[in-house]
Amino acid sequence: MNTMKVNVVTPDGPVYESDVEMVSTKAQTGELGIMPGHIPMVAPLQIGAVRLKKGGNTEFVAVSGGFLEVRPDTVTVLAQTAEKSDNIDVERAMRAKERAEQRLREKQQENVDFRRAELALQRAINRISIAQGKL
Amino acid sequence: MASLRDIKNRITSTKKTSQITKAMEMVSSSKWNRGVNNAKAFVPYMEKMQEVTASIAMGSQDVNHPMLKSRPVKKTGYLVITSDRGLAGAFNSNVIRQVYQTIKKRHKSNDEFAIIAIGRVGRDFFAKQGMNVVLEITGVADQPSFTEIKDITSSTVGMFEDGTFDELFVYYSHYVSAISQEVTEKKLLPLTNIEVPSKPTSYEFEPNAEQILEVLLPQYAESLIFGSLLDSKASEHAARMNAMKNATDNANELIKSLSLSYNRARQAAITQEITEIVGGAAALE
Repeated sequence: MNTMKVNVVTPDGPVYESDVEMVSTKAQTGELGIMPGHIPMVAPLQIGAVRLKKGGNTEFVAVSGGFLEVRPDTVTVLAQTAEKSDNIDVERAMRAKERAEQRLREKQQENVDFRRAELALQRAINRISIAQGKL
Repeated sequence: MASLRDIKNRITSTKKTSQITKAMEMVSSSKWNRGVNNAKAFVPYMEKMQEVTASIAMGSQDVNHPMLKSRPVKKTGYLVITSDRGLAGAFNSNVIRQVYQTIKKRHKSNDEFAIIAIGRVGRDFFAKQGMNVVLEITGVADQPSFTEIKDITSSTVGMFEDGTFDELFVYYSHYVSAISQEVTEKKLLPLTNIEVPSKPTSYEFEPNAEQILEVLLPQYAESLIFGSLLDSKASEHAARMNAMKNATDNANELIKSLSLSYNRARQAAITQEITEIVGGAAALE
C-alpha cells in the first residue's frame, strides 16, 4: 500500500509526524479523504478530528481549525492547536465545556462573546469526543 | 580608612548580592534554553505558513484582500515587545529608545500613531510619556503558548482590519546568539512583502482562493506576531542571563579587593598593637 508523509504542525511545535495510507478530515466545504498522489490543494478545516489510517488502525488528532495543505507525497495540517487523542487533557476540556455552556446560558447581547463561547464549546466537545473514542 | 567592621559588613553584603545574581543567572539560563527551543519549535509552522500564504497570495494575480493592499496611511500602529521585568541589561531600553526615536522622527502629533505595548516596561514608559497606547498586555508567560496570546494577536490584527491604523510595525529584540541581540523593526501589515519560495506550488483551492485568504491571512499575521514574541522572549532571557553573569563577576571582583583591604587593615591593627606593647614595655624599663 502506498503511503504519504503526514505532518501536523502548530505554533507550539510539531504534534504528529508519520507515514499513513489515508487522511480524512472535515474541511469547511465538507468531508475530505486524501490518499497518496493527490493533486496539490489547500483547504481550511473545521474544528474536528483528523483521522489517519495506517496499517489497519486509525489514529485521531483533534484540531481546532487551521489548514490542510496537500501535495502528492505529503500532507501538512497547519492548526493553531492540535492534540493526539492520547494527549488530550479531558478534565481541562470538560472544564472548558462547562464554562462555555455557562456563558451561552447567560446569553449576553454582545455578538462577539457569544460567537467565541460557541467556538470554545465546539472545541471542548471535539476534544472530549476524540479522547473518549466516540467517533 | 574604613574600620575592620565596615569592611567585613560590605564583604558579607556583596557576597549575598552575588548569591542572588548567581541564582538569577541560573534561572535565566534555563528559561533561555526553553525559550530558544520554543522559538525553534515554531519554525516549521511558520515556514509552512509562509510557503502556503506566498503561493496563494502571489500565485494567483486576481486575488484581492484588504490585508494585502497598502492604503493611504493616516495612522501608524507600533507593536512594541518588551519584558515585564527589568534587570536584563539594555534589553528593554534598546527597544524603547528605537521606537521612541522613530516615532519622534516620523510623527508630529499623538493622533498619527497608536502603540500596542506587550510587556510592562514598555507600557509604563509610553504611558508616562503620554503617548497613545491603545492596547497593552502584561504578564505574558515566559514560555507563552499560542492559545495564551491568541487574544492579543487577534485584536491587533482586528485593529488593522477595522481601520484603527493603516499600517503596523513591530519592534522587538531579535535573538542572534546568547551574547548578542539586536533591535529589529518589521513591517507586519499590510502584507506587501511576503517572501516567495524558490519553487512555488500551484494549488487547487477548496472552495476558492478568496475564501482561503480570508481565513489564512489573519492567521498568518497572528503567527508573525507570535514568532516575534518568541524571538523576543529568547532574547530577554539571554540578555538577563548576561546581565546577571556580569553582576556576579563584578561582585566577585569587589569581594576580592575588599578582602584584600580587610586583610591589610587587620595586619595594620596587629602591627599597631605590637608597637604599642613594645613601646609600653620599653617605657617600663
